[in-house]
Amino acid sequence: MENLILQSFIWIGLVGLVIGISLAVAARYLAVKEDPRIGELTDLLPGANCGGCGFAGCADYAKAIIVDNADITLCAPGGSECADAIASYLGVASKSVEKMTAIVLCSGDDSNSKRRFDYNGISDCAAAQATAGGDKSCSWGCLGYGSCARVCPVNAISIINGLAKVDKELCIACGKCIAVCPRKLIKLVPASAVIHVLCSSKDKGPVVKKVCSTGCIGCRLCTKFGDEGAFIMDGFLAKRDYSVAVTKEEVIDKCPAKCILKD
Amino acid sequence: MKSENQPDLYMVSSSPHTHSGSSVERIMLDVLIALAPAFAASFYFFGLNAIRLTGTCVITCVVAEWLCRKAMKRTGSIGDLSAVVTGVLLAFNLPPSLPGWMAVAGSLFAITICKQLFGGLGYNVFNPALAARAFMLISFLVPMTKWSSSNWATSLASGAADAATGATPLGLIKEAVKAGDAIPHFGSETIMNLFTGNINGCIGETSALALLIGAAYLLFRKVITWHIPVAYIGTVFIYASILHIVSPATSVLPHIHLLSGGLLLGAFFMATDMVTSPITKRGMLIFGVGCGIITMVIRTVKTGDYPEGVSFAILLMNAVTPLINRGCRNRVFGTKS
Amino acid sequence: MQTIKSPYNFRGGIHPDYHKELSSGAAIKRLPMPAVLSVPMSQHLGAPAKPCVKAGDVVQRGSIIGEQNGFISVPVHSPANGKVTAITDVSTASGRLCQAVTIECSEAGETLSMSPITLWKNTDRDELRARIGEAGVVGMGGAGFPTKVKLSPPMDKPIDTVILNGAECEPYLTSDHRMMIEHAKEIRIGAEIIRYILGAKTLRIAIEDNKPDAIKAMAEAFEGIDGDVAVTVLHTSYPQGSEKQQIYAVTGREVPRGGLPMDVGCVVENTSTTFAIYEAVVKGIPLIERVITVTGDAVAEPSNLLAPFGTSYQDLIDASGGFTNAKAAKVISGGPMMGFTVSSLDTPTGKTASGLLLLSKKRVTQYTSQACISCGRCVEACPMGLIPSELSQFIEADDAEGAEAISLMDCIECGSCAFVCPARRPLVQHMRRGKAIVMAKRAAAKH
Repeated sequence: MENLILQSFIWIGLVGLVIGISLAVAARYLAVKEDPRIGELTDLLPGANCGGCGFAGCADYAKAIIVDNADITLCAPGGSECADAIASYLGVASKSVEKMTAIVLCSGDDSNSKRRFDYNGISDCAAAQATAGGDKSCSWGCLGYGSCARVCPVNAISIINGLAKVDKELCIACGKCIAVCPRKLIKLVPASAVIHVLCSSKDKGPVVKKVCSTGCIGCRLCTKFGDEGAFIMDGFLAKRDYSVAVTKEEVIDKCPAKCILKD
Repeated sequence: MKSENQPDLYMVSSSPHTHSGSSVERIMLDVLIALAPAFAASFYFFGLNAIRLTGTCVITCVVAEWLCRKAMKRTGSIGDLSAVVTGVLLAFNLPPSLPGWMAVAGSLFAITICKQLFGGLGYNVFNPALAARAFMLISFLVPMTKWSSSNWATSLASGAADAATGATPLGLIKEAVKAGDAIPHFGSETIMNLFTGNINGCIGETSALALLIGAAYLLFRKVITWHIPVAYIGTVFIYASILHIVSPATSVLPHIHLLSGGLLLGAFFMATDMVTSPITKRGMLIFGVGCGIITMVIRTVKTGDYPEGVSFAILLMNAVTPLINRGCRNRVFGTKS
Repeated sequence: MQTIKSPYNFRGGIHPDYHKELSSGAAIKRLPMPAVLSVPMSQHLGAPAKPCVKAGDVVQRGSIIGEQNGFISVPVHSPANGKVTAITDVSTASGRLCQAVTIECSEAGETLSMSPITLWKNTDRDELRARIGEAGVVGMGGAGFPTKVKLSPPMDKPIDTVILNGAECEPYLTSDHRMMIEHAKEIRIGAEIIRYILGAKTLRIAIEDNKPDAIKAMAEAFEGIDGDVAVTVLHTSYPQGSEKQQIYAVTGREVPRGGLPMDVGCVVENTSTTFAIYEAVVKGIPLIERVITVTGDAVAEPSNLLAPFGTSYQDLIDASGGFTNAKAAKVISGGPMMGFTVSSLDTPTGKTASGLLLLSKKRVTQYTSQACISCGRCVEACPMGLIPSELSQFIEADDAEGAEAISLMDCIECGSCAFVCPARRPLVQHMRRGKAIVMAKRAAAKH
């Protein structure tokens, strides 16, 4: 019996040893020749494999940088830290990367903006939009079925009371939510910006008021009371020009629809 | 003029807006109703053991499913009654004197590993009750094949020893073939016992009569179609007939095969499990034939030790089901076949 | 005139509760002209008509208010005498946004009609086709395909069989049924015109066997007609009214995948469309009104109303006794199997809306999207031989290509699969979503 156990140990051990040695030999002599810089560069990247850079994962982006001279500032999750690291590794000048974040430009949750019918079907925003134009009474606003939340690789989006909201701290600005939103409500903005116009409705004021209590009515007061150029009008919709900082925060109180909010 | 009793919002959805009224719960309930005669028979023949085992399995399955769904943060699913059906079917595949804790272990395996870890109802590849039975056969071989005598066990064959040892007809055949003896002759009294269930075996599989009544109900309610049971039983019958014609000394009459083991329970209630069987009629026929062949091979190939092949046959065919589904699609209207 | 029992039965199909007795006995009633009509410019397949009137214009019943816009398009006529108050944007029942001409209706006046062509048997076929096009006739069974185009098959597709579609297979709806009973003679003349235009040898009037009075009425009306004409009695089964399934049931021919009925020598025309052809050719009246069945368990007096296009649903409901105490949970334009739910009673009617269905909560489906249990009922029900369960699983996983590979594009969206699904999965919504993705990919690939 003892002999049997000892024998088993020895045999299994020998087999393991042989396989191990074969693997080591193969790793040495059958290794695929790859520029070692690609592997080292991949280690500098965050490793989220989110695809935000436009390549198929971090290793693919590293390869593109080495082989195709891709732009070193494409990694949104990595931000400036990563761009600097890549730059110093490659021995080139670094470019500044501003940390971006996604934001849902809508404040019409189920208390502010009513539904116009009771939608019963696939719980997906594109499907809801295809069913009689979506059940939100505002034809521009967030439908709240969570397609963006489901596609976010870092769970940065939550649906609260029928409205999607992005957590700035978690967002890696990969752009997946932007692509999936059927109403194109989500935009990439600088993470340093804190004042936003949370509305995307291009309807005239009276129309907006009927469907949402916090929708932009196009009164233009923000252009008057805000910093010069910080707020610009696109028809009946006010928009933020993020290249201009907002110092006059009283503009928030001046907005009659309360759609200018501070993060 | 809009009347006051109108709802505030109309419901909008994609068509169709009307439904036949069927539901998963209703289907599962129909299966439970169909199993009721077999349950009554099991109580009649095996007494409290039947209740003990069925109760243990059902309760364990339902609680396990509830806990799993909670732990996996999914919506609760015990309302669709599928866990109850799994519990009952598993219990019916157990011998009456099985210790309770083994039944609990099997039920936990069935629900947690074979069903919930795959994603819940609809996502499992293998029939959970049968997979659990296989798990128990491998883990607890002796208790799973010990047949204590039924309440009114009478002598099955020419010798009276079997009533005491509790052998089943298939077991007797196996022993005889192994020992090189002539196979026992089963008289008409035995056939009657096999039909009504007055023999040893697992608590749910013994009474052919009760199972056939239940099967008739399932067919009437259109929960199952004839394809799988007829293909399965038909194949077994033909295979057994050929064996008997070729070598009458070492093989029994075909109807013994039909009435023994879990064949009827398997063919009508287990092989027809919707999730794990093919979806087109042609696929179902192939599935039934495959089950039949494998069952007979396991039962009659001389070197094997297993008296029963139904569970493994169905499990093996479950594994092949996705392939059958791919190969057996219907002809689309307007295309050549 | 002989009555043939259909020797064929298409595979699959379902047998829902029909509830036709709610309105099948109600004779057609003309709706009193509403105060306001909002006539949509898109009541057909193809490009919407272009409004050719503006606010302030006076219009006459039968005058053109929307011009044909392209080859697959028809003009739209004013159903009333009155004044145009506005050109607005409306959402039609199918959810399509289009323009609509709002007319304030005045007292009854003269109808502007075209010259009657009583000697159509000796008239040039193209002239008849042009008349049908000018009258704005489209397929009134639901698709709204311009009839003039349908009656102009290319020379290499000869038509030997004309089938009148009197199946009306949707539950609840009875407008075609009443038309066949009350206007059988006019439908006969319309059918003869169609047969003449196409040069077809065979004419079949296809009616389901749950309408014995319509079968009798049509058989009597067609008595003495020359040529190979018969009433084919079809098994009552949904979707018997689907073109492909009906051609098979009547002739045994299968329309090839991706093809049209003309590929097997057939043309199928709805009985109400046939009546509209008679009106357009023999009386010179354009298509300005139709019979619409207002029914369901939430409406007090289910009826078959002859209503001008542009009538709001609210007006139709008021004329049917209003709502019952059963709250209407769904307002459906069309039948319960393929109709469109609308969210507002201001929606206007159009040429293809044959029914207005008000259903209470207990009669409507609540989709839940449980997991598919592979029960196979959808496979049994699908008249096209598809595997809806597998298709929906592919589409749920966002794999439209996988779905396309197993014949997603052959789906006719009849709803039989979702009707039987015990897991209450919104299968047709999945199919539509998958098809939209595939069509978008094909359109993108073209550029």
